Amino acid sequence: MKTNRAVRTPGGLSVRLDVRALTVVVLLLLAALTASVVLIGTGDFPIPAADVLRTLVGDGNAGQEFIVTELRLPRVLVGLLVGASLGLGGALFQSISRNPLGSPDVLGLGQGATAGALTMIVLFSGSAAQVALGALVGGLVTGFAIYVLAWKRGVHGYRLVLVGIGVSAIVTAVNGYLLTKSDIVDAARAVVWMTGSLDGRDWNQVWPLLALCAVLVPLVLVNSRGLRMMEMGDDVSYALGVRVERVRLLLMLSAVLLTASATAAAGPVGFVALTAPQLARRLTRSPGPNLVPAMVMGAALLVTADWLSQRAFGAGQLPVGVVTGVLGGVYLLWLLVTERRAGRI
Amino acid sequence: MLVESPPEQRAGTAAAPPNRRAVRLLGLLVSVVILLLVAVASIVVGAKELSLEQVWHGLFEESGTYGDVVVADRLSRTLLGLLVGAALGLAGAVLQALTRNPLADPGLLGINAGASAAVVSAITFLGVTSLSGYVWFAFCGAAAVGALVWFLGGSRGATPVRLALAGTAISAALYGYLQAIMILDDAALGRMRFWTVGSLSTGTDSTITQVLPFLLAGFVLALALARPLNAMAMGDDTAKALGANLNRTRALSMLAATVLCGAATAACGPIMFVGLMVPHVVRSFTGPDLRWILPYAAILSPVLLLGADVLGRIVARPAELQVGIITAILGGPVFIYLVRRRRTAQL
Repeated sequence: MKTNRAVRTPGGLSVRLDVRALTVVVLLLLAALTASVVLIGTGDFPIPAADVLRTLVGDGNAGQEFIVTELRLPRVLVGLLVGASLGLGGALFQSISRNPLGSPDVLGLGQGATAGALTMIVLFSGSAAQVALGALVGGLVTGFAIYVLAWKRGVHGYRLVLVGIGVSAIVTAVNGYLLTKSDIVDAARAVVWMTGSLDGRDWNQVWPLLALCAVLVPLVLVNSRGLRMMEMGDDVSYALGVRVERVRLLLMLSAVLLTASATAAAGPVGFVALTAPQLARRLTRSPGPNLVPAMVMGAALLVTADWLSQRAFGAGQLPVGVVTGVLGGVYLLWLLVTERRAGRI
Repeated sequence: MLVESPPEQRAGTAAAPPNRRAVRLLGLLVSVVILLLVAVASIVVGAKELSLEQVWHGLFEESGTYGDVVVADRLSRTLLGLLVGAALGLAGAVLQALTRNPLADPGLLGINAGASAAVVSAITFLGVTSLSGYVWFAFCGAAAVGALVWFLGGSRGATPVRLALAGTAISAALYGYLQAIMILDDAALGRMRFWTVGSLSTGTDSTITQVLPFLLAGFVLALALARPLNAMAMGDDTAKALGANLNRTRALSMLAATVLCGAATAACGPIMFVGLMVPHVVRSFTGPDLRWILPYAAILSPVLLLGADVLGRIVARPAELQVGIITAILGGPVFIYLVRRRRTAQL
């Protein structure tokens, strides 16, 4: 298969199409949708996939319609959106920091959001909405702090990662302190939140997340050209006409917003932001940030993980974050082993 | 070496002019004095205030008074802090040199996660409740993860990114497992949330005697590795040309780091930041020579750890703030300052 193909219009516009990347995106999208349909059908009241589809297009029976549209569809949508946001945010951060480990988990954004949420849970015994707000604020403040602290005539990738690790360590300590301060009931609630869970998510979580994605995803994609050049180094991209600091600030802000809102909706679901871009890159075998494949991969990954957690342990037993953590870790291990055997890296 | 080194090579090993060497030795001496002061402070300060005479009485003329008991208690705590601090600093310095990666840290390479997972498994499945029981599990877990990271990261030709990626992958998998246990088992959560913060209050004579042999072996091994690691810092090819045995050095470094971190984590829980920060601080005034970095790190890390412990007892009196929390909150800003001060190329 030819990997690249140029499409030219008579008007003189030409676009380079990466056929393999496109195929990967389409296949991942199909996988994500299939997993969503299966996930909607899974639960204490199982619904066959055909009935799910029929209900989704609008002619199912009333009982199924209630379960699908009121209970399970929002959960799945939150899963898809959170996964996509985390995948995109992770890809952005890894590209900006030019480091495969420079994901939001390592940089402390997840921890910052957790600190905000824990403050709400432990100190104020806040409601779910307050916890989500706390997480959002915590994530944004942490992202802002990291950017400001890493700023020194521009933000360099390595400095960003190191500063992020420093901030992450501080915030982790604060989290540990909050956890030891709390009584055991709050602590249990906090631990479930800290793992990342999709249980009990409804339309109230879907709309803000969807609106945010609808604004940020096009914004990010429009600016991704600059990002791709920035991977070659700041000097080269200046020479190529990219306003490096402006693009970087914009993209980082988007990535922080995406990650923080995803965390506010579902908790810091581990490993998706770290793994999705890596997996997407390995599948497309294309250089550059691979933003769209990473996004779709994140969505597919999260929904599949949620299905697995419900399937393997029963509904509501084990939050999805446990599955993404274990599976993501094991999968990356497997990749490392095969790469080692193949003599790559 | 039987053949006398050519003059250039000798010049290379004695690069530091005599006066700089004297300054460094003096600095080492000053560090030891600071360490002693901090150690004394660690015995004096606490919920029960002691005068210096009482401390003297407790240390050298022990007769079983209340003050003497307090002194004995704080003495073992201080000793544990000294040992664990030195272990964390040395392990961090060795790991950073080994992976040529300023981010290298027992936490990032998954060693802390290995120890934690083993301890939680011991608590939950085997019903081990005493510290002296799960010390051994923590040690085995750290060693197993160290070996696994080493194997996956590439026993042949490990690169920094591979090691770090392997470590992160294992950490993530283990933390997922940990959280699953903590969610399903409230009793484990109750105990674990204190252990995972990192505290010196576990310091008793039995803890010290159990981890001491491992720590001493680790100290000797780490200090002996200064020279080969120095050679490796120049790049694999140059190191090979200089006659360094790369794979042996890597394996021994990993062994030293695993032994040190495993024992330290077993004794007082994962204290993450000391091993990452102190070598950075030390390097900023000794330069890249590990023969200086390692001794300095071994002396200054306990200063940080004990100082943080003392501070934790002062700010939250009469209770205490766990030392792991204080080190992170203190160390974080210092670390960020150091990162910012350096030029990009030095990172």
